[in-house]
Amino acid sequence: MANKKMTIIASKGSLDMAYPPLILATTAAAMDVDVTIFFTFFGLDIIKKDNADKLKISPIGNPAMPMPVPIPTLVGALPGMEAMATAMMKSKFNKHGVASIGQLLNLAKEAGVKLIACQMTMDVMGVKQSDIVDGVEFGGAATWLDEAADSQINLFI
Amino acid sequence: MSADIKFDQFLDAKGMSCPLPILKTKKAVEALSKDQILKVESTDAGSKNDMASWAKRTGNEIVKVEEGSGIITFYIKKTA
Repeated sequence: MANKKMTIIASKGSLDMAYPPLILATTAAAMDVDVTIFFTFFGLDIIKKDNADKLKISPIGNPAMPMPVPIPTLVGALPGMEAMATAMMKSKFNKHGVASIGQLLNLAKEAGVKLIACQMTMDVMGVKQSDIVDGVEFGGAATWLDEAADSQINLFI
Repeated sequence: MSADIKFDQFLDAKGMSCPLPILKTKKAVEALSKDQILKVESTDAGSKNDMASWAKRTGNEIVKVEEGSGIITFYIKKTA
């Protein structure tokens, strides 16, 4: 029986939004699903060299963001609040034995997950192919569609 | 209660969160020969359902599941 297939479009580059694509991709690969992740727009930040573990989370515009003490929304805009929220989330992830984004990215590569970077958004945002980690292919909408048309699961994150 | 099930490999996944118990289990089972058994200990409450889904999808068999003191123990036979 041929393996099932899944594609994910990873379009966000914040710490919290980098997790779902990589968790689902690595798990799917472990369940014998052939996975393709298409990184576009801010999702490119996940696959920039030495950047996976530098992603941040912002308390701005996120009423569900857990903070040590309740703070008014605007206070989240003050300098240092983003760094604090990021450090806090990373420490929580770590305490609960959650892999880092960098670890998950490596596990995905090891498991044969196909990684594609969107060339158009790279051009727009001034990202060079040499800025992207090894093992990534470059393509556009048609490249994703070709994979997606044969996939049972297609997610936009 | 806990009958002695013989196992060939042991994976300590205690303290790991989703998706690591599944990823490590997959690797460990791949390293086994057919019909060998992997014992996995996990503290991730979600892994009970996750492991069942994983086994169903990959065609491996969960021979036995034990629970106690916050630890879930799986005996997984490589049948795929």
